[in-house]
Amino acid sequence: MNIIPLFVAVPLGAAFILVLMGKREIASDVIVNLATLCLAILSLVLIPFLKNNNGVFVYAMGMWFPPKGINLVLDGLSLFMLIVVNTVAFFISLYSIGYMKRFTAKSRFYSLFMLMLAGMNGVVLTGDFFNLFVFLEIASIASYALVAFGVEAEELEAAFKYMVMSSIASVLILFSVGLLYGLTGSLNMADVAGIIQGENNLLLSFSLILFLVGFGLKAAIIPFHAWLPDAHPSAPAPISAMLSGVLIKALGVYTIIRIFFNVYGMTTQLSWTLMILGVISMISGGLLAIRQEDFKRLLAYSSISQIGYILVGLGCGNYWGLIGALFHLLNHATFKSLLFLNSGAVEYSTGTRKLEEMGGLSKVMPVTGATSTIGSLSISGIPPFNGFWSKLFIIFGLVQAGHFIITALTVLVSVLTLAYYLKVQRFAFFGRLREKWAQIKEVPKVMCVSMIVLAIICIGTGILFYPLMKTILEPAVAVLQEGTKYSILILGG
Amino acid sequence: MNPLKEPQRGMTVIVKTIAKFVVPPIILFGIYIVLHGHLTPGGGFAGGVIVGSAFILLTLAFGKEVAFQKLKRSTASVLESVGALIFLSLALLGIAAGGWFFLNFLPKGHPLRILSAGFIPLANIGIGIKVGAGIFAVFLTLIVFRVSAKK
Repeated sequence: MNIIPLFVAVPLGAAFILVLMGKREIASDVIVNLATLCLAILSLVLIPFLKNNNGVFVYAMGMWFPPKGINLVLDGLSLFMLIVVNTVAFFISLYSIGYMKRFTAKSRFYSLFMLMLAGMNGVVLTGDFFNLFVFLEIASIASYALVAFGVEAEELEAAFKYMVMSSIASVLILFSVGLLYGLTGSLNMADVAGIIQGENNLLLSFSLILFLVGFGLKAAIIPFHAWLPDAHPSAPAPISAMLSGVLIKALGVYTIIRIFFNVYGMTTQLSWTLMILGVISMISGGLLAIRQEDFKRLLAYSSISQIGYILVGLGCGNYWGLIGALFHLLNHATFKSLLFLNSGAVEYSTGTRKLEEMGGLSKVMPVTGATSTIGSLSISGIPPFNGFWSKLFIIFGLVQAGHFIITALTVLVSVLTLAYYLKVQRFAFFGRLREKWAQIKEVPKVMCVSMIVLAIICIGTGILFYPLMKTILEPAVAVLQEGTKYSILILGG
Repeated sequence: MNPLKEPQRGMTVIVKTIAKFVVPPIILFGIYIVLHGHLTPGGGFAGGVIVGSAFILLTLAFGKEVAFQKLKRSTASVLESVGALIFLSLALLGIAAGGWFFLNFLPKGHPLRILSAGFIPLANIGIGIKVGAGIFAVFLTLIVFRVSAKK
C-alpha cells in the first residue's frame, strides 16, 4: 500500500518545489493547499484500509523488511495522529493565504511549514528509533526557523531559547537511542520491545528517564516548559496554532505514548509519574495562564495546562482514561488551533496582542468573535462542545481507578480554565468598543472560512462523539491497551 | 579585470595564487568522492562538503564578487532544492518501478565497478549537489546578511 510513504514524500517534495517558486505567491498558495488537502483526504481514506488489515500495517522501505530495514507502521494510534495532524495542517495552510500576506517571502514560510509537516508525519509513522530521531529533528529545526520568522528582537530571542532547550532534548533522546542500541543491538522499536521485555536493567531505566525528559521537553510538560510561553506567542499566528495544536503532541505526547506503552510497557511507577507530571502541569499551567495580559501568551500557558489533562488520562491507564486522553488530544488540536487563529485575526486587524487594549471586538469582527466564543466554551468543557466529553471521560477513568483527589483537582482546573477564557472573552470580544477600533474590518474571507470550519469541527465532534469514538478512537486505544504485544504484531505481520 | 591584480579585494597575492592552483583539484576530488560513494569511504555528503569548501575558499581568497561570478547565491539555493528533488524522485520512482518506496530498482551490476549498486550512485549525485550548494549557501548567508542591532 504505497499511500503510507506519501505522507512524508508529498510535503517534502512540496517544500523543495516551493523554494524554487520564489516570489510567485499565488502558485505557492495553490501548491501548499493542494498538498495539505491531499494529505488530509488520504489520512481519512486510510480508515477503511486499516480496518481491512486488522488494525496494523507494516510498510518496509525499499523492501528491506524489519528488523533489519526501516519500517513505517500504520496502526490505530498512528492513523489517529495522522488525521489530527493533517486536518489541522490543512486549515492552517488555508488561513495562511490571508495572514501571511504581510510577511515577505511567503514561499519560504510555506516551505518550512511543509518541512515541519513532513517531520511530524514521519515521527507519527515510523517504527524505527533512529528514524524517529531524524524526523523529530526535521520538524524541530523547521519550527525554530518558523518561530523566528518575524526576525524582530523578540522573535529571535524566543527562537534561540526554544532552539537551545529543544536541542538539549534532542541530545538526550539521541543519547537514549544510543544506549538502547548498545543494550539490544537493534534500532527497530518492535524488535527492541521484544528484546527488553521482562528485563530489569539499570541502564534500561536510565534510558527510559532520558526519553521522559527529552520528550517531556518537546511536549512542554512542567517542569520542562520554559521555552513554550516565549516560543508560541512569538511565532506568526498560523505557526503558533501549528505548534500548540499539533507539534507538541506529535513530537512530545505521541512519542511518550508510543515508547512508554508499546516499547517499555507501562508499570505502576510509570503511570504515577505521568499522572503527577500531568497534575503539576495542569494546575500550574492554569494558574500561570490566569495572570497573563498577552492574548497569545495566555493561550500558550493554557496549552501546558491542557497537555496536563492528556497526561493525567494516560497515567490513569484504564479504558476511559485512555480514550479521554486521546479524545482530549484531538479536541485540543482543534480548539487550540482555532483560538490561536482567532488571536492572529485580532492581531491582523488591530495590531495588538494586549488584552486590556482590546474590547468589544465582536461588534466589528463578528466571525472572529463568534468562533472564539465557541473555542473558549469548548476548551472550558461546557456541554455539548467537544471539550466537555473528553474531560468527562478522563474524570470517569479517574473515578474508576479510585484517584479521588486527582479527580477533584481535574474538576477544579476545569473551572479555572473557564475563568481565564471568560477573561479573554470579557476583555477582547465583549464590553464597550473603543473608539480607535471602530474603523477596523473583519479579516479576509479565507481566514474566516478556516476559523468557521474549525469551530464547526468543535461542535461536530462534540455532538457526534460516539461515531468518532467507534471509528478512530477505539482502534487507537486498542493499540495502547495491547501494550508490549506490539512487538509480536509488527514482527509477526 | 584580473582578480589577482586587485590587492584591495580579498587576501594577499600569495593566498590568491595558491587558491587558484588548488581550487580545481579540490572540486575534482569532491566529484571523485561523490562518484565513488558506493565503492570507497565517503559519498554524497562528504564529496558535497568538499566541493562546497572549494567555493568557500574562493570566496575567502578573492572576495565574494569573484565567487559570485562562478556560482550565484540564487543558483546555489536552486541547486540545493534540485538535489533534494533528485533524491526524492529516485525514492518515488521505486514505487513506480517495483511498488516499494526507496526500492533499488536499477540493475545491481558487479561489485566494485563504477556502474554498480543500482541507484546508489545517482542518489549520491543528488545528495552531493544538495550538500555542496547547501554548504556554500549557508556560508554566504552567514557572511553577507547582517541584522542591524537596535540601539
